Amino acid sequence: MTNLFHQDVLTALISGGVIAGIPLLLAACGESISERSGVLNLGLEGMMIIGAYTGFVAAYYLHSTWLGFLGGAGGGVLACTVMIVLCVWLGLDQIVVGIAITLAGEGITSVLQGAQFGTTYPRLGATPTTSIPLLHKIPVIGPGLFEQNLLVYLGIIFAVFLTWFFRSTSVGLNLRAAGEKPEALDAAGVSVAATRSWAVLSTGALAGLGGGFLAIVGAGVFTPFMTQGQGYMAIVICMLGRGKPIWVALASLLFGISLSITTALQLAGIEISTDLINMLPFIAVMVALVLFGRRSYLPPALALPYIRGAR
Amino acid sequence: MTRPDQGSSRRDPAAAAPSARTAAVVELQGITKRFPGVLANDDISFDVRPGEVHSLLGENGAGKSTLMAILSGIQTPDSGEIRVDGTPVRIDSPRKALDLGIGTVYQHSTLIPALTVLENLMLGDSTGLRLDAAGARARLEEFGALLGVDVDPAARAADLALGRQQQVEIIKALWRGSRLLILDEPTSMLTPQAVEELYTVLGRLKADGLATIFITHKLHEAVSLGDRISVLRRGQMVGTLNADAVGSTPPDKLEEIVIEMMFGAAAADLSEVGELRVGGVEEADAAAPAGPARVLGEPLLELVGVAAPGVGTDPGIADVDLVVHEGEVVGVAGVDGNGQRALAEAISGQRRASGGEIRLFGAPVNRLSVLKREKLGLRYLTDDRIGEGIVGNLSIALNLFLKRIGQPPYWRYGSVRKRAIDARAEELCEQFDVRAPGVETRAGTLSGGNMQKVLLARELSFGSKVVIFHKPTYGLDLKTTLAVREMIRQMRDGKAALVISTDLDELLEVSDRIVVLSRGRLVGEVAPGPGAAEEIGGLMIGDVSLSLAGAESAA
Amino acid sequence: MSTVPGNELLTEVEVPNRAGARSGAVGKAIDTVIRSLVPVLLALVAGGVLLLILGHNPFAFYSSVWEHGAQNKAWQESAKRMAPLLLIAVGLIVAFRANIWNLGYNGQFLLSAAIISGLAPSLVNDLPLGLAFLILFLVAGAVGAIWTIVPALLKAFYETNEIITTLMMSFIGVGLAQILIKGPFQDPSVNIAQTKVLELDKMLPHIPGTKVHVGVLVALAAAVVVYLAISRTSFGLKIDVLGANPRAARHVGIGVKQLIITSFFISGALIGAAAAADILGVWGYIRANWNPAYGDTVIPFVFLARLNPLVVIPFIAFFAVLSTGGTLATQEVGLPTDFLLVLVALILLFMTVIEFLGRRRSLGQSYLTTGLKDALRPPGSKKKAPPTEVEEKPREVVR
Repeated sequence: MTNLFHQDVLTALISGGVIAGIPLLLAACGESISERSGVLNLGLEGMMIIGAYTGFVAAYYLHSTWLGFLGGAGGGVLACTVMIVLCVWLGLDQIVVGIAITLAGEGITSVLQGAQFGTTYPRLGATPTTSIPLLHKIPVIGPGLFEQNLLVYLGIIFAVFLTWFFRSTSVGLNLRAAGEKPEALDAAGVSVAATRSWAVLSTGALAGLGGGFLAIVGAGVFTPFMTQGQGYMAIVICMLGRGKPIWVALASLLFGISLSITTALQLAGIEISTDLINMLPFIAVMVALVLFGRRSYLPPALALPYIRGAR
Repeated sequence: MTRPDQGSSRRDPAAAAPSARTAAVVELQGITKRFPGVLANDDISFDVRPGEVHSLLGENGAGKSTLMAILSGIQTPDSGEIRVDGTPVRIDSPRKALDLGIGTVYQHSTLIPALTVLENLMLGDSTGLRLDAAGARARLEEFGALLGVDVDPAARAADLALGRQQQVEIIKALWRGSRLLILDEPTSMLTPQAVEELYTVLGRLKADGLATIFITHKLHEAVSLGDRISVLRRGQMVGTLNADAVGSTPPDKLEEIVIEMMFGAAAADLSEVGELRVGGVEEADAAAPAGPARVLGEPLLELVGVAAPGVGTDPGIADVDLVVHEGEVVGVAGVDGNGQRALAEAISGQRRASGGEIRLFGAPVNRLSVLKREKLGLRYLTDDRIGEGIVGNLSIALNLFLKRIGQPPYWRYGSVRKRAIDARAEELCEQFDVRAPGVETRAGTLSGGNMQKVLLARELSFGSKVVIFHKPTYGLDLKTTLAVREMIRQMRDGKAALVISTDLDELLEVSDRIVVLSRGRLVGEVAPGPGAAEEIGGLMIGDVSLSLAGAESAA
Repeated sequence: MSTVPGNELLTEVEVPNRAGARSGAVGKAIDTVIRSLVPVLLALVAGGVLLLILGHNPFAFYSSVWEHGAQNKAWQESAKRMAPLLLIAVGLIVAFRANIWNLGYNGQFLLSAAIISGLAPSLVNDLPLGLAFLILFLVAGAVGAIWTIVPALLKAFYETNEIITTLMMSFIGVGLAQILIKGPFQDPSVNIAQTKVLELDKMLPHIPGTKVHVGVLVALAAAVVVYLAISRTSFGLKIDVLGANPRAARHVGIGVKQLIITSFFISGALIGAAAAADILGVWGYIRANWNPAYGDTVIPFVFLARLNPLVVIPFIAFFAVLSTGGTLATQEVGLPTDFLLVLVALILLFMTVIEFLGRRRSLGQSYLTTGLKDALRPPGSKKKAPPTEVEEKPREVVR
């Protein structure tokens, strides 16, 4: 039995954690955009699985990781247009539509996968990595953190960008206003529907991209229901991070590590029921909710449709 | 002094040529707006000129708010024409209204509590992706100088006093270079002192050539502030008193004319006409009960050093000592948001008192639940009738019985006895004059007045002894208001009432004595009578103005 | 008379006795039928289009569904399928009426199913059969109820959003069920991870003359009992008040915390009982990684039935046919059975759209409660208090 703190084990843990954390990070950052604007996007799980499927298919047929990512984002956008039309424009219930999108996403990707590949699950090759000069030579963390797919770095940079975006841009301000008090935004002459539409659209793209990353980089294969509740986990991460992108990113990576712990433990030669390991992130979420949930913040107008003059 | 303008070369026509003074900034011609079952605006024509305050007066539901919503782009009229500077325009969105230079201060705040003052003001600026905080700060300073107010741009809107919030709202309305300012019931939430400040600000803006529409249902405000006064009644424009008439008529006479316009000629015959002069404190004084002859009974409700925590922006209470005797109506005055809700909920049991003792009929009830206090005869008529009083999708009958769910004889062996409930409900509806197709009608479809009557029927029946009335007449039409006040007065007959209200005139009218709530503490007690209003007003603002001054000097 | 807009958002969940003004009862009935059936029809049509795209004949497919789900003796299979579906539906109705989003049904169901499968083989042998079944149903209900404790307490005391907590508990419950099946309850005599199989004569007895087990009767009885409880008792009125307006519930002295916990428990218990009915009546054992996700498929029908436990019965019957027939029909044409999930999602989507068209002015939310938004507040953001005194003023007729 290898030492749990052996260098290879730790590297695998960090590296696996980052790879597993990036889909969460992207989806959770996306969700925080939606939630800031007052749309509770319970369809995140569905958008991720659709993104995973379209991303995989694009990468598989076009033989390009990046076109795959693009395909994933596109799939997410496609899925979220349903939400935009029904929830943002028509003001229908966000929870019901969210559940519907998730069910539809899971069902349709499974059907399409079956129709295309039958019961075989073709795999993609390894994806290219980009090493950060010098940094990747640091022992343990180096290979874990700084020898990753380019999208990993972009995702983390995006979280930083999002912080600035919320705070210092007019669009960011509009987003916050749409979630805090949509009638105030409307009175200020900005369309609430447009603001929220763009927000949900970005969420869809990010969730789809996250799903695509999961299938292309994380798993290298598409299997039905492969997101396994990660969309819901991203929603919780967004809640716990109080919609602050940096916190969301950190929490995502932490949860990523708990997702990747199985592989690391197997490397270390420790045999633990995978079912138990799979439960860990959810148990972690419950513990986090019990301990810190009281301080999470949601915009006042979250999940409420806005219709002018209907107050 | 000119209003800061965003670089446009638009000049005020009034300033340029006196002859243009009669040219209206905005003119409405034959505006009609229908809602299902209601004709909210019926062929209304109206205009406002530069450098004048045009008061728009009317009862609740007269159509004032609809007219304002049409001008600010929230609603579009079914027919009629709006002209800005003589050019017909279509205002189909708030953005359009802003672009045309129409700025509105809504009755319900449009400031976002979680954002700073500056962020609130920058909202909707579309100059670029990056927010221009420095530019906005400079502009805010200019406005501060014009209005004579000093606002901290980095303060969160939620942390500002209501009067200060309104000043920010006015700045926000003028932010994009407005030449017409619409104020919808601007004084309803303000202390007398803040109202004075508002008058000063409006005076300065008027001198600067701004046109202002001042919407109110308070007669004396309309008269004292308006250069012209227009009166709406049931969606129709009754008439406009022009500047000459307003200027040359003595206030008393003017008020009488306006009352007749508001309520029709018949109103003059109403015995209660004195009470129509909402805000006319002197008249209300006269109507105050003269009750030295009455003997007070046992103390029914006692509060000894009671404290209760606040919730969110709603402050708590501390050290409240209060006694209400049998046969007594005690008023609680104070500016909204000074602990009224905490007081009412602590007594009713909806909020746990964190200190002190609450006694009902001499026995402490601190540990008793809402339901148990209710069974002792304590009732709480909530101020939020839609939010917590009524369950809209249940029938009137069931709403009347919400506080006795599961109790015999209306529930037996765990099963509801619908006939018993309906029969009793019909009696109650009759007794309290609830106008509805039947007791099966969904309570949510009732008008505010009828809803309040359903709640009154619930709280005043079934052996109620001590009743807390929280803003009992807020938003009600005149007839219902009078009926409710009469019911409160009848509490003197062997019961006891605590009336929490922000309407000073109402308190002066119904109470035997009035305590004043400020910052969660009782700061004094006043007996109704000449000069009571001023005294209460002083107590109400005492603390507030001090702390505001402190905050400003610190800033 | 005009309506206060806020109230139009309230539920239209009506139990006959409690219906409001009933002008034009016939028109209303037709309206209800249209609103309930059209989404289903549209979903079937859209599903047909999808089948065409995938290269299948939709008519052949649907007739195959009918053949395998209802014709000849197939209806008995569908009837058996109704038992768990109906119990879950009724369980969801109790929670949804109280405006509690118990979305943890999969965990509650599977954990109960695993524990029942583990206990049943020895219990049915050691005890009289009737007593064993009674105990097993009670255990299943208790497990389902217990699995709601954490979300219930968190919601009752800290107002933590139960959508999130029930979903998380669901994932944990599913995982725990796998551990139980692969661990303590594993049948040592086989190589596959599964529990010991019940002998056929030790399963729930059949209704005489059919091959339908009595669990279906239990489910139907549960629906009737819950219907009576909702329409006749004070408990029913209390959860309706809580669901429609939690602040009013507090105001009128209803013990809100207690009621939230009770509703959660009943909901979880019914879902647990669904597992007992399905395991003891149909399967006789549970295999690892088996997750029928009945709850997911039941949700649209719960809404279409307007949260009425009696009205939901025909909807469940319909879906039971679609489900049993559809499983075989999809296998016949070589589609994954998840195609049914797509149909369910389509029903849900079309339902919201039809709701919107039917009540254009009322924002199309008639099957949901306003209090729902409160459910989404985390604790500590204290939405119960008026955000500002300006906002929550009771408003006169808004024009």
